[in-house]
Amino acid sequence: MTNLTVTLLAQTVASGLMIGLIYALIAIGLTLIFGVMDIVNFAHGEFLMLGMYASFWGASLFLLDPLVTLPLTALMLFALGVLIYRLVIRRILAAPMLSQIFATFGMMILLRGVAQFLWKPDHRTVSHSLVEGKITVLGLQFGTPQLTASLGAVLVTGGIWWFLNRTRLGTALEATSIDREAATLMGINSQRMFALAWGLGAACAGVAGALLSTYFPIFPEVGADFILIAFVVVVLGGFGSVAGAFWAGIIVGEVEVLGGFFVGPAYKTALVLSLFLLVLLFRPRGLMGKA
Amino acid sequence: MKRLFRRLCLGALGCTLLVGAARADDEIRIGAIYPLTGAAAGTGVELKAAAELAAAIVNKEIPLPGNLAAGAGLPNLKGAKIKLIFGDHQGNPQVGATEAERLITQEHVVALIGCYFSNVTATASQVAERYGVPFLNASSSSTPLTERGFKWFFRTSPHDDLFVANFYDFLKEVEQKKGIKLRKLALFNENTLWGGETTKIEVKLADEQGFSVAEKILYPAKSTQMTSEVQRLKAADPQVLMQSSYLGDAIMSMKSYKELGFAPPMILANDAGFSDSEYLKTLGKDGDYVLSREVWALDLADRNPLIKQVNDLMQARNKVNLNGNSARVFTGIAVLADAINRAGSTEPEAIRKALQETNIPADQIIMPWKGIKFDEKGQNALGTGIIVQVLNGQYRTVWPFNLATTDVVYPFPKWEGR
Repeated sequence: MTNLTVTLLAQTVASGLMIGLIYALIAIGLTLIFGVMDIVNFAHGEFLMLGMYASFWGASLFLLDPLVTLPLTALMLFALGVLIYRLVIRRILAAPMLSQIFATFGMMILLRGVAQFLWKPDHRTVSHSLVEGKITVLGLQFGTPQLTASLGAVLVTGGIWWFLNRTRLGTALEATSIDREAATLMGINSQRMFALAWGLGAACAGVAGALLSTYFPIFPEVGADFILIAFVVVVLGGFGSVAGAFWAGIIVGEVEVLGGFFVGPAYKTALVLSLFLLVLLFRPRGLMGKA
Repeated sequence: MKRLFRRLCLGALGCTLLVGAARADDEIRIGAIYPLTGAAAGTGVELKAAAELAAAIVNKEIPLPGNLAAGAGLPNLKGAKIKLIFGDHQGNPQVGATEAERLITQEHVVALIGCYFSNVTATASQVAERYGVPFLNASSSSTPLTERGFKWFFRTSPHDDLFVANFYDFLKEVEQKKGIKLRKLALFNENTLWGGETTKIEVKLADEQGFSVAEKILYPAKSTQMTSEVQRLKAADPQVLMQSSYLGDAIMSMKSYKELGFAPPMILANDAGFSDSEYLKTLGKDGDYVLSREVWALDLADRNPLIKQVNDLMQARNKVNLNGNSARVFTGIAVLADAINRAGSTEPEAIRKALQETNIPADQIIMPWKGIKFDEKGQNALGTGIIVQVLNGQYRTVWPFNLATTDVVYPFPKWEGR
């Protein structure tokens, strides 16, 4: 390898951090749902996809920037999450794990199929966004959309953390995730908490979708590219841990980008998945997971 | 009721006999298998329209000025008319084979044309080989199709190996013309069958022709970021970046180049994603200056008046312009008609022999080829690709130089100050 300069290396680290923060945001939604009710949501990538399409249609039909429509996108996805909880998940809470897996897996295929049917399998992009171009700091180049997206991811992640740890409702949600029965005895309505977890989880994915839509191509199967990585992040961070998912997202982003750079891009997915296996073998509860 | 039924039966029988008689006299049936439903239906319908246009010209339903091959109709068959019978393979190799069988055994076609998808062409042509019916392939580029030793298979379009060889011819000619060196290459290809095979040929030809490969990256097409790839490419600092990408990754790579300030002197792309209409729609100005190999371009009409005439007819009938795929299918039907006319018969063996003796000069076709002449494998030996460059949001032909409508813009401008 020639010309391996400090700038090149620093640039690579910075890029890994930026994509890692996005991974974190997507994974937080996933880990939230799992933490509260022990259900793995396979359709999480499709929430991301729907968030991207919501931003795309907002931009192309009403000329509203994805960043402007972001709160609306989050609300829509929140509503969708609650709706899916009420229509589907509530009925399978007591079902065997396989049924739960198949239910969310089926939802993934359904949402993907509906998106393909309604919006065609084409790749689309938001052609003009408020955030365009790039800024250069100390010789490092940051794409403005990427930088905005990762800053947005940090803000939302921080917000979720604050909500869970510093508000009454959030504490109730945490309590439900720690011990459902005890929480119920304390007067917490666990059904409402579950619905809240699904709403928040879907909203996180929706916000991530809105942030990504300023620079990432939008197509019905886009969720598949992210969901695999999100699972690795959740496992590494520890099932149910928001703070764990945050740090794990950054680690996975760096492993992917730095590993791809040094070992070879052909191996970048393999490296991330090796990390996944190692965590499962040596520390199955992840960085900050419940024991 | 019974009587009515009997009458209907008799009537139907009579009709069948009549049609049968008509068919024997002045109708030459050619089977055409394309994806008319399913994910590629949009393309399939355009291909069907192009084939029908070619048939209408052969049948003299539309007068065509100029010297188009087969424009004279079928005088050796007493002015018989071509009738196209379409089959729909839905993008599925099994369905393609079944459709070929149906067209041969039930529709009694004298020749087949198809199938656009390389994998469907492979199965459908196997059926034709078994029945001994000529199969003309106009638009599948997978090289092994003509390496199977088939007797009844002919391909007018150049194949993938040839397209890659074109890259090196192009680079050497540009070196000469501009007095520059373009010897240090980086190969950046997606990691499925297509990208993998392309890489092999690229490396082999680079070695043979004195080019050095500074970096070779096979990347996963489904990926959430391309930072590590682009940083590796930057570190390799190539003079020419040769890239094979599908649409999503083509778009993402260009965005990553811009974000990370990667601007090699030349980006030479391998069609696919870079030729998709979504590519320019999505990237706008950021898609400019990329070079890509192509099979055809509308601006070739500037040098070949035949192209404009045929395109005008296509516009009038179907409200779309020709493109690389429809132009190749149009040409395929013309080649079949030319061979059937020279055969003077609808016997498969006579048509096969006539196809083998095909010799159509460059000025009678709407393709940028040196002509059409099949080698012993059934591959058109005179086919060639072209290289286009995206300039101001349009694909302009820049190579071969004798067909070029504008000069190559070199080097690829830096992203800053565009």
